[in-house]
Amino acid sequence: MEGVSAILRVLVRTGAELLVTLGALVVAFAAYLLVWSDVQNAAAQSELRETFEAQVVQASRTTTPAAAPSARRTRDRGDRVTTTTPLVPPPQGTGVGVLSIPRLGEGWSRVLVEGVESAQLALGPGHFPGTAMPGQVGNFAVAGHRATNGEPFARLDTLVPGDEVVVQTVAATFTYVVDTTELVAPTATEVLEPVPGRPGATPRKALLTLVTCHPRWGSAQRMIVSGHLVDSSPASGGA
Amino acid sequence: MYGALWRRLPGPVPLKLLVALLLALGALALLVAVVFPALEPMLPFDQITIEP
Repeated sequence: MEGVSAILRVLVRTGAELLVTLGALVVAFAAYLLVWSDVQNAAAQSELRETFEAQVVQASRTTTPAAAPSARRTRDRGDRVTTTTPLVPPPQGTGVGVLSIPRLGEGWSRVLVEGVESAQLALGPGHFPGTAMPGQVGNFAVAGHRATNGEPFARLDTLVPGDEVVVQTVAATFTYVVDTTELVAPTATEVLEPVPGRPGATPRKALLTLVTCHPRWGSAQRMIVSGHLVDSSPASGGA
Repeated sequence: MYGALWRRLPGPVPLKLLVALLLALGALALLVAVVFPALEPMLPFDQITIEP
């Protein structure tokens, strides 16, 4: 009988050690998600910001106002089409511009990257490929994490109609204003259309769509913040 | 199982401690670099985009 109890002791001890190990792994994973991913995101954002600022400086040295004829100050009122310098999407994972949303906090800003795969969203808010670029007619759509990875859109639910969303690119700075916030299913691809809700329609306005998950720690739905362009100012050349 | 692992480590106790620590750090590095990034997309708060 002593042999059996010895085996039982080993089994119980091993079982206990496995459970404690599993518990430690869960804690480590939680720390990775809640702390480490934020740390990595902060580092990535810092690097992206440096790159962007260098690009802005370089652009201000090489461009004179006369050389950018299509970049003129325009004010969009209702349906009037706004034309600005066409922007070409940069490679995936590289910076598109700096997104600033005052409602989300004093001086809140993040560098926006091209692409919405996990690897790109880990760097910061991502621009949906194939949707309009900032300031362009169509639907400029951006997705951002609401929890983990720097959680840029953690408080997207605090946006109200009239709030400003500013996008600074190398060529120009665009100001959008929030119109509505709604919750949709994760499959609601119509919100990304050039005319949201109307696939195939020809766009005439420059619109903004911000996407994140809802509730904050789940993904049952998506929170969609919609807005429209109200101002474009080209970057001043020859500083 | 940790007892058996400890007994198999070479040398006197200080050396065993060092090797055990290095193994633990190595396991942590593997988790952070490979296992956790692989698990992350499966969690709900990673799914923020819209797909048909």
